[in-house]
Amino acid sequence: MDRVFFEQLSMPLFDQLYNHACWLTGDRTDAEDLVQETYAKALKGFGSFAEGTNLRAWMFRILRNAFLNSRSGLKQKTEYLEDDEAGADEAVAHEITPEALFLASESQEAIFNALERLPVPHREIILLCDVDEMSYREIAQVLDLPAGTVMSRLARARRNLRAALGAREAMR
Amino acid sequence: MTACSQDRNVLAAYLDGELTADQERSLQEHMRGCPECAAEVAAQVRLRRSMKRAATRFTPSAALRLKVQGQIAPKRSAGFRWLWPASVALAVMLLAVIWARQSTAKNEAFREVADLHVSDMASANPFDVVSSDRHTVKPWFQGKIPFAFNLPEFAGSEFTLLGGRLVYLHQQAAAQLVVGAGKHRISVMVVQESAGFGMGMPFAGGVSVRDSFNVETWEKNGLRFYVIGDAEQGAIHRLALALQNVNG
Repeated sequence: MDRVFFEQLSMPLFDQLYNHACWLTGDRTDAEDLVQETYAKALKGFGSFAEGTNLRAWMFRILRNAFLNSRSGLKQKTEYLEDDEAGADEAVAHEITPEALFLASESQEAIFNALERLPVPHREIILLCDVDEMSYREIAQVLDLPAGTVMSRLARARRNLRAALGAREAMR
Repeated sequence: MTACSQDRNVLAAYLDGELTADQERSLQEHMRGCPECAAEVAAQVRLRRSMKRAATRFTPSAALRLKVQGQIAPKRSAGFRWLWPASVALAVMLLAVIWARQSTAKNEAFREVADLHVSDMASANPFDVVSSDRHTVKPWFQGKIPFAFNLPEFAGSEFTLLGGRLVYLHQQAAAQLVVGAGKHRISVMVVQESAGFGMGMPFAGGVSVRDSFNVETWEKNGLRFYVIGDAEQGAIHRLALALQNVNG
């Protein structure tokens, strides 16, 4: 197995994976464990990793599965069960106008707070798309979802985020 | 917000770059005449720009990077690669010995290391933690020393990890590891580098002979390493290389 090759390919993802792990776990120590576990597992599985496929998506997927199996991740699993893709548009009540959204976006803190409070399935998909700039196809690989579901879950997640920002704006 | 029936998610997909060229063109055309959609897109763009900063909100420590790198670092084959550095080391050693004689202060720094090694060899209880498993020995030091270091995988190498203990070197808490090489025992000492004593060390690099001990020392990322023992110089150097490989 080519450790040198693996090191060359995987270490540039280190900062990104760590940042993502922190956002998922909300705890630096947990994130450190998670990143170490991810690299250990990826190294072990690197032999079966097909060259030409997307290493970043593959490693994010390992990280995510490790997270779901971790102590902090197990708590989140129920959220996945409740995440009904065909759910109603429950956030309509908190509809936020583009103008209000524009204002809310001014505050870094408000956005980070809202993001932190989102349920994991919504938080992670927004991070993968807007922060890690993955394509829908990559996201589908990471989350093990059909490509069509990515778009609908992303829509729900963003609606949720906007509702949180809108609620905050309304309180001001 | 009701005048335009345009789906907001299509606008999002547009910003995500996920629309086909045709869809993109017709949407752009629509937006030119629709202030609502234009405002919506502007707000989404702004939100994304603020969100981007989430990418660098958490940055990993250098220690974690080193740890992970050590975890996945390629294991060097134990071929004859060491011969070349060893011969260079020998030359450096000769120079170092000549140079070192000029300074008794430097000898003091070495003596401390040698004394620790000798006293450990002579001790009836040479280890605080007895294990050949680096995953046992390394965590044992946690909280006992104010720094962290990595240990190479000894399984399958010519070395065996015998154990470790907490020692004081240069008035600081230091980690001492005892590694077996055949019938010889080698001590590895790790201590935080502080201004002063590192410069006083007589050995710039490679293996030196001191009081019939072979010793190698180096500084990396604020830590000073010593490898000392009566094993042959090549073995000392190979152990030093293995340690250097996992400590960035």
